[in-house]
Amino acid sequence: MISFLSHLVNGISLGSVYAIIALGYSMVYGIAKMLNFAHGDVIMVGAYISFCATQYWGMSPLMSVLVAMLVCTVLGVIIERLAYKPLRQASSLAVLITAIGMSYFLQNSAQLIWGANTKSFPSVVEIPTLSLFEGQLLISGETILTVLANIVIMIALTLFTGKTKMGRAMRAVSEDKGAAELMGINVNGTISLTFAIGSALAAVAGVLLCSAYPALMPTTGSMPGIKAFTAAVFGGIGSIPGALIGGLLLGIIEILGKAYVSTELGDAFVFAVLIVVLLVKPTGLLGKKVHEKV
Amino acid sequence: MTQIKRKSDTKMVPVPSMAIVPERDIDKAPVLEARHLGIEFGGLKAVDDFNIIIGKTEIAGLIGPNGAGKTTVFNLLTKVYQPTTGTVLINGKDTHGMNTVQANKAGIARTFQNIRLFNNMTVEENVRIGLHNQVKYGMFSGIFRAPAYWKQEKKQHEQALDLLSIFDMQDMADVKAGSLPYGAQRRLEIVRALATNPSLLLLDEPAAGMNPHETEELMENIIKIRDKFQIAVLLIEHDMNLVMGICEGICVLNYGRIIAKGTAEEIQQNPVVIEAYLGKQKEA
Amino acid sequence: MKMSKKFRSNLLTYGLVIVAFILCQLAVEKVIPGFKMSRSLKGQLVPICVYIVMAVSLNLTVGISGELSLGHAGFMSVGAFSGIVMSAWLVNAFQLENETIRLILAMVTGGVFAGVAGVLIGIPVLRLRGDYLAIVTLAFGEIIRNVMNCLYFSLDGPTLHVGFNNPNLPGKLVVNGPTGATGVDTISTFVMGFVLILFTLFVVLNLINSRSGRAIMAIRDNRIAAESMGINVTKYKMMAFVTSAVLAGMAGALYGLNYSTVTATKFRFDTSILVLVFVVLGGIGNIRGSIIAATVLTILPEVLRAFSDYRMLVYAIVLIVVMLATNSPLLTGLVERIRPKKKTAAKEGEAQ
Repeated sequence: MISFLSHLVNGISLGSVYAIIALGYSMVYGIAKMLNFAHGDVIMVGAYISFCATQYWGMSPLMSVLVAMLVCTVLGVIIERLAYKPLRQASSLAVLITAIGMSYFLQNSAQLIWGANTKSFPSVVEIPTLSLFEGQLLISGETILTVLANIVIMIALTLFTGKTKMGRAMRAVSEDKGAAELMGINVNGTISLTFAIGSALAAVAGVLLCSAYPALMPTTGSMPGIKAFTAAVFGGIGSIPGALIGGLLLGIIEILGKAYVSTELGDAFVFAVLIVVLLVKPTGLLGKKVHEKV
Repeated sequence: MTQIKRKSDTKMVPVPSMAIVPERDIDKAPVLEARHLGIEFGGLKAVDDFNIIIGKTEIAGLIGPNGAGKTTVFNLLTKVYQPTTGTVLINGKDTHGMNTVQANKAGIARTFQNIRLFNNMTVEENVRIGLHNQVKYGMFSGIFRAPAYWKQEKKQHEQALDLLSIFDMQDMADVKAGSLPYGAQRRLEIVRALATNPSLLLLDEPAAGMNPHETEELMENIIKIRDKFQIAVLLIEHDMNLVMGICEGICVLNYGRIIAKGTAEEIQQNPVVIEAYLGKQKEA
Repeated sequence: MKMSKKFRSNLLTYGLVIVAFILCQLAVEKVIPGFKMSRSLKGQLVPICVYIVMAVSLNLTVGISGELSLGHAGFMSVGAFSGIVMSAWLVNAFQLENETIRLILAMVTGGVFAGVAGVLIGIPVLRLRGDYLAIVTLAFGEIIRNVMNCLYFSLDGPTLHVGFNNPNLPGKLVVNGPTGATGVDTISTFVMGFVLILFTLFVVLNLINSRSGRAIMAIRDNRIAAESMGINVTKYKMMAFVTSAVLAGMAGALYGLNYSTVTATKFRFDTSILVLVFVVLGGIGNIRGSIIAATVLTILPEVLRAFSDYRMLVYAIVLIVVMLATNSPLLTGLVERIRPKKKTAAKEGEAQ
């Protein structure tokens, strides 16, 4: 029982990271209708920046996170402007291939800059481990912080999209780009803003992910990225609560699957869940149904 | 001009269920019969209680203001949407549970308001897609070039050119469909639909974007097609010259409901129709 | 002759492959003095054939059928391991030592198993569209790799034993879970690779120019119109997807039997992307382009060994630039403006 609880806590922790990454995917997909394959690699860049900031530039952990967020925000906006913006009218196949190219570009640039070797990421978390049931169930500081960060981000984003002018502009653009433009909304600016927010979140996710799983290398972001996308689809792409639910469920399924079914098949398990969900409910748990115009 | 068979040449006869068909079709089973057809989108009734009967060789028109639900009716008849209520019979056969592919095989073919050609394929290949279900050879005969392949390909080629000749388009057979001029694209859509060997041809705004001369030609061609293939035509059109000129029976739709049915003269004088198009006249 | 343009184009494709093969054979056999091939390049001959078949078959899915598949390496993996097991089993069960027959049977086996995998994956996947389809093919590719890591095959005389997560099988292990297949009898040859390319071209080109191929392309161009013309969308999407999987499986068998050790990690997502790069750079839907791109990009890293660190980076940049150049309205406008000049210049040149 205690071991089950312990797995569950780990699942929630991992799921929270997935949820934060999934938000970035989900927002970008909602607004630009594109699968930003490079999102996972922005996570990796964020983690490397934070690593360099604490290890080489002598910054405090909190400062390092802020720097990572800043760098990733700029990076996200540049990627959007250079690679995706010219392809607004292109087929989704072209955009997806470009995004894959961008993902490879980031991975290989990271390999040239920081080398292919795995770096051991020092945790940025200074919260002590919580010990429950006379030390039988340990909840690490990383887990506590991850879950807290997840909750704060979710609330903040829900308020932002619901209550602020920019948030409303975002929702308008995701509904109908043309109409939003006619209403005087700066569509390109709104899309850039979405990429900026998504990328900043990716940096946070990168630091949290590497604090919990300290192996940092150029491909660190790709698997979590793909799984987070899975989570976003699972929960219903374009929906903030969907990303939260999808991320948490996926994290729990993965950890429990690895613990009780098979370690080797953990990833296969996650993907099998994705396929089943898409077949039963093609727009995810909380996704909207879209009619095709004939 | 003289060869256009004007609507006045045809006598319309009432049949049960409040519809009229041309006199010449009265002894034959109707090609299409829709009963109480309706569909809702999220509580909104886009089409409601739509009834129509179309005779074997009738040219019928479906008109109405923008947003009246005309294209939705086409989508219901071709099973792109499944109706919430009512039934559609094609050649007396209930289409309940059919999908678009089966509806086409049952004898209904259509063109689209916003042209949907296979743009990266040639004109002839577009027509050959229409002929797809009349040519029978399998994947392996195709890959390993069995005798059936050569025989059927030759037949298909001849048929395609034959169909294209209706609109004098044989010379364009090798042109990419996407690079055709607008009017030719509309005509190709009609040829492609005809190639599926339908008994009812649905034309969604066939004259859109055509000049008066082209429209006149199109009118002649629609009649020519009807006479040559002995099929029925149901068309949506905003060009009243075309509708009043060739349609034998006309059905007016507004807010998803039929507000009038009848011959061109009847429709032109119907006060309800005039109101739907022009708005209510101020009482004098 | 009506089809002359396509016919000529196909002839050119076959001709190109045959001429390239003859030149390579001449270089390998050193028939012409001074015209020879380096050892490292010789080692690349079979992989080149494999990647050509992979690229052409993926082009059938991506270019002709218009569905982005990111799990093509999964089929290669299924083909490789089933081919390896088949080849070993033929020796044990029938004492069949003839390498050519064994290779052909192994490739057929690889194709059949990959085809079965294609059907199983295609049923759920092909109901989805666009990005969702892409991500699910990726998911399947990863699932195949995960499952392969858990599979064990052993031969106890003529009997084949299969274990899932269980290496304790009687006899000699042929496929050993995460360690992969070891001690593989390397029977793949360049000649058979060439034959496989010809077979692939024959299948793909003939399929495209047939009733079924036209239906597949019609669905790509406009699904709704194709449906209303009475084309069974699922059937033809499936046909393209499974044919593509079968060919990838055959290529996988050829690949697997070219190395003494093969692990499932060789068929990762990266390999799927690499093949996709070939297809994109060769021109989506352009079969001849795929062949050229696969050849050049497989040789290039060997030639540019010094720049090997930058290889993937360059691939990534080229991928992005090609996509931008062919799809961005700004850049395509620029290309269009340059192109007619070139054409007229060429015509003037001809006239003189």
